[in-house]
Amino acid sequence: MKKLKIFFILFFMLNFFSISFAEKNDQLKIKISKNLRCVVCQGQSIYDSQSDFALSIKLLINNKIDNGLSEKEIYEFLKDKYGEWIIYDTSFNKKTFILWGLPVLLFILGGAIILKKIAFRKI
Amino acid sequence: MRNKILIILLILFLSFCFFVLFKSLQGSSIYVPEKNQDKQLSEFVSEDLFNNQKITSEEIFQGSDYYLLNIWASWCAPCRKEHPQLMELAKNSSIKLIGLNYKDNPKKAKDFLVKLGNPFSIIITDKTGIISIEFGGYGIPETFLINKDKKIIKTFIGNLNDESVKQINSIVK
Repeated sequence: MKKLKIFFILFFMLNFFSISFAEKNDQLKIKISKNLRCVVCQGQSIYDSQSDFALSIKLLINNKIDNGLSEKEIYEFLKDKYGEWIIYDTSFNKKTFILWGLPVLLFILGGAIILKKIAFRKI
Repeated sequence: MRNKILIILLILFLSFCFFVLFKSLQGSSIYVPEKNQDKQLSEFVSEDLFNNQKITSEEIFQGSDYYLLNIWASWCAPCRKEHPQLMELAKNSSIKLIGLNYKDNPKKAKDFLVKLGNPFSIIITDKTGIISIEFGGYGIPETFLINKDKKIIKTFIGNLNDESVKQINSIVK
């Protein structure tokens, strides 16, 4: 009887861990496919698109995750094949520094103008 | 004086915006992957269309100085259109033509070749579309000129035409 109890506990624990692991992997697959641009569709992510290209990429993501590759490694693989364009979350480099830097610059400039106006009013 | 500076700054800003938008209008709206050029191909395993036997990339890319890999399918209308160009290129002994049959029914693919002729030295299958990703491909037809170092030296997106045949022949001669 005791052995049977231990067996059931172990059985349920194993099932619980395998379900939570599968769920985690599914969430990762969705996260990655949402952050990838479908290069053949207008304004759609790989997750949203049902094009042949998007379906192949989804399958590739599944395979890579099943083979133990991390999120970053999958992005790197696809960046290597299709360039930076395929990823929505663009990294900071010499081609994208204006894209990243301009909003910060405008924010600082705007802040400086507002500060200057407030300082003038106080005087 | 202050107003003048503001107007000049505004004009400069608007000119900058106009210049950026005008420049982007001149560019092509067709996306071309920039990264797959001059890059070594990674290794993969596929199946031969005719005998269903496993074949490695090592076995596919051997015995020639140049390889022309063409992604095609029997259901793809532009592939039918570019077939005469592929038959023309098959006459050039400096190039080994490799067909990548993309998400196709093997029987229909074979019928297509019986009807229009087989320009390929070898035909591999890509049932899931994952092998075409190895080449940075994203649609069909698409053709890659690969050198003996297994580097993609030229990519042709869409169907080949007489101009592309000329370009390929001038590169491989």
